[in-house]
Amino acid sequence: MDEYDTTSSSYVVYWRDWFLAARGHEYFCEIDEEYLTDRFNLTGLQSEVTYYNHALDLVTDVFDVDCKDEVREQVDKSARHLYGLVHARYIITSRGLSKMCDKYKRGDFGRCPRVLCHGQTLLPVGLTDVPGQSPVKLFCPKCEDIYTPKSSRHSAIDGAYFGTSFPHILFQVYPQLVPEKTEERFVQKCFGFKVHSHAALSRWQEERKEEMLARLRGCNIRTGFPSDVVAERGDTNSFRSW
Amino acid sequence: MEEQDSWIAHFCAMPGHEYFCEVSDDFIEDDFNLTGLNQMVPNYKQALEMILDVEASSDEEDDPEDDEYDSRQYYSGRRYRNRANVNIEAIHANAQLLYGLIHQRFITSRNGIQVMYYKYAHNHFGHCPRVNCGFARTIPCGFSDVPGVDTVKLFCPSCLDIYVPPNNRFLRIDGAFFGSTFPSLFLMSYPELDVSGPHPGATGTKGVQKKVKEKTEGSSRVINGVVEANFAPGLGKGNIYDMKIYGFKVSEKAKSGPRMKWLRDRPEDMKELDEVENFSNQDSRYVVDVSNNAREENSDVTMQDDEIAGR
Repeated sequence: MDEYDTTSSSYVVYWRDWFLAARGHEYFCEIDEEYLTDRFNLTGLQSEVTYYNHALDLVTDVFDVDCKDEVREQVDKSARHLYGLVHARYIITSRGLSKMCDKYKRGDFGRCPRVLCHGQTLLPVGLTDVPGQSPVKLFCPKCEDIYTPKSSRHSAIDGAYFGTSFPHILFQVYPQLVPEKTEERFVQKCFGFKVHSHAALSRWQEERKEEMLARLRGCNIRTGFPSDVVAERGDTNSFRSW
Repeated sequence: MEEQDSWIAHFCAMPGHEYFCEVSDDFIEDDFNLTGLNQMVPNYKQALEMILDVEASSDEEDDPEDDEYDSRQYYSGRRYRNRANVNIEAIHANAQLLYGLIHQRFITSRNGIQVMYYKYAHNHFGHCPRVNCGFARTIPCGFSDVPGVDTVKLFCPSCLDIYVPPNNRFLRIDGAFFGSTFPSLFLMSYPELDVSGPHPGATGTKGVQKKVKEKTEGSSRVINGVVEANFAPGLGKGNIYDMKIYGFKVSEKAKSGPRMKWLRDRPEDMKELDEVENFSNQDSRYVVDVSNNAREENSDVTMQDDEIAGR
């Protein structure tokens, strides 16, 4: 933030570059100039953002008005908000998806904290599409659960800047990116003995899993589990009965 | 010397060692508690002395007034000569290993669990990163009791899963220093402890409602040795993440559809998990069935008898 205040009248770098380089903004990708300037893509944002026109000018680096610091601060805030809202729309376009896909492969969004996911890379997701409700969370495609980012600087980012649908659209478009699921379980033990309550729940969950696998096999759908690959090679019927 | 921190206090204050508690001297001085460790730790004696700070005082060789230390020094003269050859850094590393292994044993003792409870209550171990656990407190644990296998992990009693600590400094800590037994023993020692998070699940108000409902019902039912309210409160309906695109759930039949819901599921009525009771119920049904069959057979027989009699 300080860097920004010092450069009040002229920018050496583009606003977007500054925005993307800011601390905690590692999750964002760069929105194309064309996308930003196409008014169609910004439909409805006018009511969402104060000083909409100024903010848009700032984001597209054409803002050149001398004004009070307070106003400028407000415009800057709006610009960031606007960028975030456009970002949520941009990342589900094909260009945006491919950019986010690269970031996902690089592990820019971090890795799953669950031990048995073995460092699966994550994707950002919002819990709601309405801004100002909840901060960004991370979706693990391996265990299909959502986690809080481990760094507190990310907890200030609005989840609506990524949207609730983004990771799932990404995997619809790139189904080959869906990681192999894991059947590994953590077994709670006490002096080497399994803990009864946990083991009973695990058995129940295993049953639910087998039911699901049977449903999927009934429809001839790949389940994505490693054991399924083995079963496909061998006799599927024997596996099902087991 | 009094002003100086003890080795143990220094060790526990090191960055990354926040999960450790201070093992009491009484525990370490009891040889019974250290059984077998001398075979696992090289330079065992020196390492133990370093932990107990015996060495710090006896190092002052130029202190002629202190007869006690002098005699001890004389008594263990050979050892001191040996120590000159052994790198002090190596002993320090051995002392850390030894302390870790003693720590593993200490935290499963009555005193140790109490000390760790204090640390747990003061949020020394952090929170579960899973959103639907609502910041439930985690408990440190290891994958293995043998040192050098894996680093320390965090066990979440709310979702019964283990997670990597959020900070890199914990990735250097051996999991064996906490052991695989500790979390389960800890939870068994405090069965009434509310393990659900202070915040409701972020995916909605269901978490709050459920929690309130559970509390008002006063479900102190014990299932499989665990109070029902504390039996994986972060799992089950309302705590499973649904993949949605524009508000519509992704179908299970899709290539990228949900496949892992079972992992975060639990029966709505936890009684379903009480396998012993279910089995006994099933058993009684079986008995009833048998008696029914027997009755039917009997009726057959009587019919035959009637037929015979009719003839």
